[in-house]
Amino acid sequence: MTDDSPKLVLEGVHKSFGDKQVLNGIDLAIDDHEVVCLIGPSGCGKSTLLRCVDLLDPIDAGSILLDGVDITRKGVDANEVRRRIGIVFQSFNLFPHMSVLDNVTLGPRRALGVRKAEAEANAMELLERFGLADKADEYPNRISGGQNQRAAVVRALMGDPDVLLLDEITSALDPELVGEVLSVIRGLAERGLTMVLATHEMGFARDVATTVSFLHEGRVLESAPPAELFADPRFERTQQFLRRVSEAGRL
Amino acid sequence: MAEPGRSGSEPVELTERPEEEQPPRGRLLASVSGFFAEEGARAVVVAMVSTIVFFGVAIALVVSSPNWPKLKSQFFSAEDFSASFPDVLRGFWLNIELFFWAMLVIPVMAMLVAVMRSLRGPAFFPFRLLAVVFTDLFRGIPLYLLIVLLGFGLPALDLGGLPNGVKFWGIAALALSYSAYTAEIYRSGIDAVPESQRSSARALGLTQWQALRFAILPQAVRNVVPALMNTVVSLQKDVALISVLGIRDAVREAEIYTSRTFNYTSYVVATLLFLLISVPLTRFVDWFTGRDRSMRSQSQV
Repeated sequence: MTDDSPKLVLEGVHKSFGDKQVLNGIDLAIDDHEVVCLIGPSGCGKSTLLRCVDLLDPIDAGSILLDGVDITRKGVDANEVRRRIGIVFQSFNLFPHMSVLDNVTLGPRRALGVRKAEAEANAMELLERFGLADKADEYPNRISGGQNQRAAVVRALMGDPDVLLLDEITSALDPELVGEVLSVIRGLAERGLTMVLATHEMGFARDVATTVSFLHEGRVLESAPPAELFADPRFERTQQFLRRVSEAGRL
Repeated sequence: MAEPGRSGSEPVELTERPEEEQPPRGRLLASVSGFFAEEGARAVVVAMVSTIVFFGVAIALVVSSPNWPKLKSQFFSAEDFSASFPDVLRGFWLNIELFFWAMLVIPVMAMLVAVMRSLRGPAFFPFRLLAVVFTDLFRGIPLYLLIVLLGFGLPALDLGGLPNGVKFWGIAALALSYSAYTAEIYRSGIDAVPESQRSSARALGLTQWQALRFAILPQAVRNVVPALMNTVVSLQKDVALISVLGIRDAVREAEIYTSRTFNYTSYVVATLLFLLISVPLTRFVDWFTGRDRSMRSQSQV
């Protein structure tokens, strides 16, 4: 692929659960090294969008292209695609029966066939970078929520993904633990990792995002650089949403 | 006095406030001393004396009743006990052997059925169907009927390639029936693992099978260990049903002795042998379940 074509493209993506239309024609293009923040009210489809990109939920219509290749086409090896995309969930979802080290090395060892020693060396390096080296042998229920979430980020990074998806990763954390997780993500953004974040942290979105996209009723209502979108939203809906958020003290 | 509702850590306070919640202990000692959990040394003495008096009176009443000698000679005769013991014990080894083989087969077969039933996607439909039919069928047939059906019916057919022994088919009947139950236990454990665990395993690029193997099943089995162990206790006793096939197990040996002497002590021998295994096993299950629960409640940070 040529370098200037977008890394990840969503074209007219539709998804419904039963009668409920969650994604109603999503169009989005994300360039390499971009950090896109998805904002919008609860239920606007942010999480579903991320799950669909990682092929955890099949889409009903439209297409998703990674490096120009349609990954939602029939016959695509979903496991292969998932190995190139990392995802971190709101509720961490570490495996409770495994130590942190086993959690983060499971993917490389089983899905990528990396040898144990090598996977563990890589893991320790990353854990070190994220301040978790001394927690490698702990079990998830023995460490804090923030440490859990950082370990989950490490787990998602282990396969050296092309794109990292983050689904409201600070929503389940105590307020004083939010900072440590966000600073980790900021570090990744500075290193040029392509990321798509669903978030309610508007201040953070303004800081790290290259583009902020406002989702409303399953559509991308508007997309703009954060300075522009937060200062001068074009749509009434976006203004309303931002007003409500700032009244709640989140901006 | 401390405020109510505080889970006390000073034992002194606990002796005065027996209704107060105990701190989790979770060791063997805790379950042994469980009967006296909230009491001090004096209470233990009182409990012992009261127990001795209670059972002493009860036993004295039974033994002094006019029917006791008859009962004793029929069920608790010392000569008959020692005369029947070797045969019944030899038979009991057979029960143990059957139990052993069934225990080897059941966990594997049950896991196979449970996994088959948990596979997703249209391609696996025949496997799911097979698993459903299996569990419905073998849970639906009374175990006794299944043993008779397989144990008497199949050897009579003289099917090529399959063992003809009654023992084999007896074990097969036990294994089929118990696998169906055990598969359902496994499945309930699998269903209890949150869907998000499966998502995050798949998100790492693991295949469906790898996600089950490394992420779901270890948690699922842990969820159901107490239920599985109860099944083991139950199986250990149901092995005796195979005696209907004419296998000379403990029950059959006791029956032979009784029909020869019209004395039931041999049955008591068989009973004692079964209790010898099942009571410690049951105690162990209780202890293990309690420990598991207290470990889980502690681990919720």
